[in-house]
Amino acid sequence: MRKPEFEPRIVAFVCNWCTYIAADAAGVARSRYASNVRLIRTMCSGRVDPQFVLTAFEKGADGVLLCGCHPRDCHYSSGNYKTLRRYTLLKKMLSQMGFEEGRLRLEWISASEAEKFRRVVEDMTEQVRRLGPLDLDGGD
Amino acid sequence: MAGKPKVAFYWCASCGGCEEAVVDLAEGVLDVVAAVDIVFWPVALDFKVTDVEALPDGGITVSFINGAVRLSEQEDMVRLLRRKSKYVIAFGSCSHLGGIPGLANLWDRRSIFEWYYHKAPSVADGGSQEPRERVEVPEGTLELPAFWDVVKSLDQVIDVDYYLPGCPPTPKLIGNAVTALLKGELPPKGAVLAGTRALCHECPLNETKPEKLLIKELKRVHLTKVDPEKCLLAQGVLCLGPVTRGGCEALCVKGAMPCTGCFGPTDEVRDQGAKGISYLASILDFDDEADIRRAMEAVPDPVGTFYRYALPRSILMRSRGVKAHG
Ligand code: SF4
Ligand code: SF4
Repeated sequence: MRKPEFEPRIVAFVCNWCTYIAADAAGVARSRYASNVRLIRTMCSGRVDPQFVLTAFEKGADGVLLCGCHPRDCHYSSGNYKTLRRYTLLKKMLSQMGFEEGRLRLEWISASEAEKFRRVVEDMTEQVRRLGPLDLDGGD
Repeated sequence: MAGKPKVAFYWCASCGGCEEAVVDLAEGVLDVVAAVDIVFWPVALDFKVTDVEALPDGGITVSFINGAVRLSEQEDMVRLLRRKSKYVIAFGSCSHLGGIPGLANLWDRRSIFEWYYHKAPSVADGGSQEPRERVEVPEGTLELPAFWDVVKSLDQVIDVDYYLPGCPPTPKLIGNAVTALLKGELPPKGAVLAGTRALCHECPLNETKPEKLLIKELKRVHLTKVDPEKCLLAQGVLCLGPVTRGGCEALCVKGAMPCTGCFGPTDEVRDQGAKGISYLASILDFDDEADIRRAMEAVPDPVGTFYRYALPRSILMRSRGVKAHG
């Protein structure tokens, strides 16, 4: 019997004003993409506390995708810059904790970029599939 | 309460600073000693484990346990003390959050042994032997405690009633805790016996902290001449006062050193490191990835900076792929 292929679980935080609409548009256009992503809609990518990201990993995500509006396009003017700063720091910290590059990803996806959303999801799913399941070590 | 309350002190993976802090109560320690009956304090008084075992369950009023839990012997001892005690107080950052020894969780047991007994320059040519749990010698079998793969905070091993934070806790807070115990005026179980607000609220330099802080340059404190009259953060020195529980009365800041977070996060925060990152991100005044990276060079070790005392209590602990030493 063939071993079932590993299906990564990816949590995507999408902002209400850009990426959520893009994801919605991708759905309306019936474009096909991997079903591995669970969307969590937030008003702004700047609302995503790094604690949310860690909790997603804790609860079984193999990868976390952060999405926001392109620079200068944030509905609240600077939420996405804050997201970029957090992401830069968080990535460095996660790598110290043994997380492979690629488990956390940040993408700017505007409301009109349904195709980009599809591509990012496909690409990240493949990348995390190659990395394999996240193996958290509680040490017991 | 019939007779004097019975008190035990014990240390696990600890630097000794917490024990020293008890002695630092100075004259106060005499009041404590007069008011209580110390039944176990290996660092100062000659009691044996069998003395503790001989006590009835719940026979100790309160055990103060400092240090993180790393060895099988420590686990056995804290379980024994838990059974014998009415209250257990996690004493100091190591016991509360895992503390400095908890930073060893960036490596696993295998890579720690590999480095310290084989690869470190001081032993590299000696073929040094790793500690073994059992060794046969002509006289019989010698046993050493097992070294766990991870360092844990006290409440990851036993039920804890209260936490006295700090590296080490201040004499004043120790005094308050002991007084509350003696009077039976205890807060709800699980409380941290310190402040509830962030340190900045009690810092004498708070008045000089600007309303909105935006930083272009972070400075490393040992390379900086600090103005002791001005909020350290406003000078670009990373002070964790805004995200750390108060109660220490800003002792470090008064000594011109930034807060490094030993009282742990406030009650609303679940993960000290993640919150620390979030806070630094909101004051770093750059919008470009390259600039952010460059500014971050002043924080070469984010885990050691934001989880200095709390790595074992982080949401994630670590991924199985932790790096090897060296
Ligand atoms: S809390 Fe600080 S003083 Fe106490 S044992 Fe740990 S490192 Fe030492
Ligand atoms: S940031 Fe540090 S120095 Fe400034 S007010 Fe807060 S505790 Fe005091």
